[in-house]
Amino acid sequence: MSFLAIQFLTGLSGAVSLFLMSAGLTIIFGVTRVVNFAHGSLYMLGAYIGWSILTRLPHDPIWFAGGVIAAALATGCIGAAIEMTLLRRLYRAPELFQLLATFGVMLAIQDLTLLVWGPNDLPLPRAPWLRGSVTILGEHFPAYDLLLIAIGPAVLTALLLLLNRTRFGMLIRACTENRDLAAALGINHRILSTSVFALGAGLAGLGGALVLPDSSANTQMDLAVIVEAFVVVVVGGMGSVTGAFLASLMFGELQAFGIVLIPGATLVLVFIIMAVVLSIRPRGLLGDAPVPSAISAAGKPVRPVSSRIQLVGWSLVVLAATAPIWLPAYWLSVLTEILIAVLLAGSLHLMMGPGGMISFGHAAWFGLGAYSSALTVRMLSAPMPLALLAAPVAAGLVAIAFGWFVVRLSGVYLAMLTLAFAQIVWAAAAQWSWLTGGDDGILGVWPSGSVPFFYWVLSLSVAATWLLQRITRSPFGLALTAARDSEARALSIGLRADRLRMAAFAMSGAAAGLAGGLFAFSTGSVFPTYVAVGKSVDVLLMVLLGGINTVIGPIAGAVAYTGFYDLLLQTTSMWRLALGLTIITLVLAFPDGLAGGWRRSRS
Amino acid sequence: MLTRRTVLGTTAALAVPTAARAQPAPIRIGEINSYSAIPSFTLPYRNGWQLAADQINASGGVLGRKLEVISRDDTGKPQDAVRLAGELLDEQKVDILAGGYLSNVGLALSDFAQQRKRLYIAGEPLSDALVWQKGNRYCFRLRPSTYMQAAMLVQEAAKLPAKRWVTVAPNYEYGLSTVKWFKALLSAKRPDVTFVGEQWPALGKIDAGATVAALAELKPDAILNVTFGPDLTNFVRQGNTRGLFENRSVVSVLTGEPEYLEPLGDETPEGWIVTGYPRAQVTTPANTAFIAAYKTRFNAVPGMGSVVGYSLIQSIAAGIRRAGSLDADKLIDGFSGATFETPFGPASYRALDHQGTLGTFVGKTALRDGKGMMVDWHYADGAAYLPSDQEVLALRQSAG
Repeated sequence: MSFLAIQFLTGLSGAVSLFLMSAGLTIIFGVTRVVNFAHGSLYMLGAYIGWSILTRLPHDPIWFAGGVIAAALATGCIGAAIEMTLLRRLYRAPELFQLLATFGVMLAIQDLTLLVWGPNDLPLPRAPWLRGSVTILGEHFPAYDLLLIAIGPAVLTALLLLLNRTRFGMLIRACTENRDLAAALGINHRILSTSVFALGAGLAGLGGALVLPDSSANTQMDLAVIVEAFVVVVVGGMGSVTGAFLASLMFGELQAFGIVLIPGATLVLVFIIMAVVLSIRPRGLLGDAPVPSAISAAGKPVRPVSSRIQLVGWSLVVLAATAPIWLPAYWLSVLTEILIAVLLAGSLHLMMGPGGMISFGHAAWFGLGAYSSALTVRMLSAPMPLALLAAPVAAGLVAIAFGWFVVRLSGVYLAMLTLAFAQIVWAAAAQWSWLTGGDDGILGVWPSGSVPFFYWVLSLSVAATWLLQRITRSPFGLALTAARDSEARALSIGLRADRLRMAAFAMSGAAAGLAGGLFAFSTGSVFPTYVAVGKSVDVLLMVLLGGINTVIGPIAGAVAYTGFYDLLLQTTSMWRLALGLTIITLVLAFPDGLAGGWRRSRS
Repeated sequence: MLTRRTVLGTTAALAVPTAARAQPAPIRIGEINSYSAIPSFTLPYRNGWQLAADQINASGGVLGRKLEVISRDDTGKPQDAVRLAGELLDEQKVDILAGGYLSNVGLALSDFAQQRKRLYIAGEPLSDALVWQKGNRYCFRLRPSTYMQAAMLVQEAAKLPAKRWVTVAPNYEYGLSTVKWFKALLSAKRPDVTFVGEQWPALGKIDAGATVAALAELKPDAILNVTFGPDLTNFVRQGNTRGLFENRSVVSVLTGEPEYLEPLGDETPEGWIVTGYPRAQVTTPANTAFIAAYKTRFNAVPGMGSVVGYSLIQSIAAGIRRAGSLDADKLIDGFSGATFETPFGPASYRALDHQGTLGTFVGKTALRDGKGMMVDWHYADGAAYLPSDQEVLALRQSAG
């Protein structure tokens, strides 16, 4: 009995930092529609700044409180600076494009943190009062955790008062409901966006500083929290602070009791819960606001490719076909990787562009394809062509089954459900070691010769990418676009939106699976990292960077991103700073993607 | 504009041709590690291999040629490691591949090396599979594997009166493998021991309060801990406040390494049985000289990573000297049985499975002047903690 009570309290205290993170994230999303990938970085900066301040202060509770608040304020100022110098210029860009910018910020902050604070973990020495415990039902319970339990509801109350009882809060609610109307009524959206971003950043910084007495400031904490914070925001209902509070309590408790019942479930617990909640309530617990359209490309059909560009494209393919003669071996492997990336980005584009479905978990299909190929080779000793056939078939079939859940959702909710599925696949890859080899992966999946294999990749990637863009312009693709832009009107002329989306989802999954199968042979091995969040983010970045309104965009994005990343890795140890700043620069220079920018510069 | 850099660059450019005429081309080592993903280990590690390369070159190099290390960041992903290994072999024309921190990066590089028939010397990756189930003739590994670390700790753990054990380990290959071996080896020595529960926090995301409470509820006599880094700090703090470690024995892997012990500060729990590196207390000439040289060069004290980086390059130099050639087959013969100097004393690569016999220190944690340290330690030579040759051969054959 006492154990249950203690574990319940532990769950409550564990929920607090999740809540502080997700509250900031959800407010920022509500007003600015920015999916802030750099929110974990702000949390990390809060911890590092908090460490720098608190180690210089006396160890009394008052000074501790002052130091934590100072760290939160400093992080808030950093947030305001990011908004004013970067995001403000991007509000007119397609939504989700800001995600690209905040990803660049996250990369840059990782290297800057390393430069300023060094590589070592920085633990805050705990003052005696932070180490104390109180005895509850005969068990020791940390006094600091009790303090945290009180901070959660206090912050919630303060936020609700701010939102519901002040003019500032009224403006925030007005902008969350309808940005354009609020602007038409004379609300200064600029100042509001800046202050809301600063508020959200400050909350993240507060969360980071408050975690110091339990742990340390370290360089991995940004990525450790960001995905879970997104999950909480979505499960709570996007834009709802109370929803975020309830969801973080739910996760805190399920985590505390879940690890007692199923200790091995730590990798997937939150994602399974999110999948269940979204299947029952497609807009989260308290999300009743209309889901904002995912991509403002809505209303614009994907542009056909002009004959000149087609000519350029086919010339490049012919040039690539001669590459084994004149390109050194390593650069041939880079070209192979670029070709695979082109197919992968093209497959995501079918979903995102004409389909209107964003995916935060596209690596699931890539990984399923890679594992299917590798297992076909290792278990059935099948030849490579058969293994390459297995990849799209397996990924496509699973995509059909999973698509049934996905197509009923929309916007960021849909995207997060795809993430949940990808994380479940990832956890299976990491934990079913009897099948997948676990983290050690499957080795020895090499093709018989590097030049013949290059032609396999070239022909399959080009053929599949060509097919994908044919599909986009086919009657099916146009029907899909119609269903994206107006489901009701599409229905009235006999188009079943859900079936069209399912078909697009399955085709996209199968094409990504083929890319995964090719990738397994090109690196000779398969690991759970192929399904990790980072891979999904990479694909998303390629499509966004290239631009969503053309079929050329994702291809350009894949070539630019993959080529540049590979080049940076072999030239500089500060590749994250360089890549982050490059992404930020590109985003500011071409707010409609590389392909859009090129078109604009010509007209 | 003429800046300091351009002046230096020009001087260097002018100097190169003369240098090239004066001496033969250097032996190139392609080194890959998780510099951006795990900087707390890999940056001291980089200092370590730089120091070794400098020392070897100052004393005339290897086979009359200088050593040149070309380093790449694998970003913690095996797929990037494999591509960069290709770049190092094909573009940089390196003679030997080396490095790795994560086990899956090590395995990917090992498989790549076999495919390309070139040598790969793994420094840090601890996976047993690297030299056993998935071992191949092109791969050598320096550090004691998870099996060896577990065996070293089991020797001490078996002496404890504790019968009810629980385990807590990060939920990935390294944690799973260490727990598996510890259970198997301890149960073999002590049939009266039972393992009554386990916790598997996600790496870097431990929910320490809940984990500590769940372990305490099982009322164990002893705990095996495999968490490290930020997770360990979090676990120890919650454990201290909640009294988890009172009247219980704790056995903990790698916790005595400076990288993981120092962050615990004045909260270092006393009496844990750990593997690690009691840096300044090891007063052998080799270690004292290593620390002095490291301090002079970098104005910092070395970590365990520094020892690994330093020993890795020393072992490569020894292997090449013994082979007398850079031909892959000759190198394999040269490395098999090669003996090399490390700060921990001499070690060698076994011909049987290419596992290094470098050991580690086993001791207990203690608190002195508000800092954690190791006491009652002894050096456990890696060679003494390996299964019999028949068992190893059976494991290596299962690789097929």
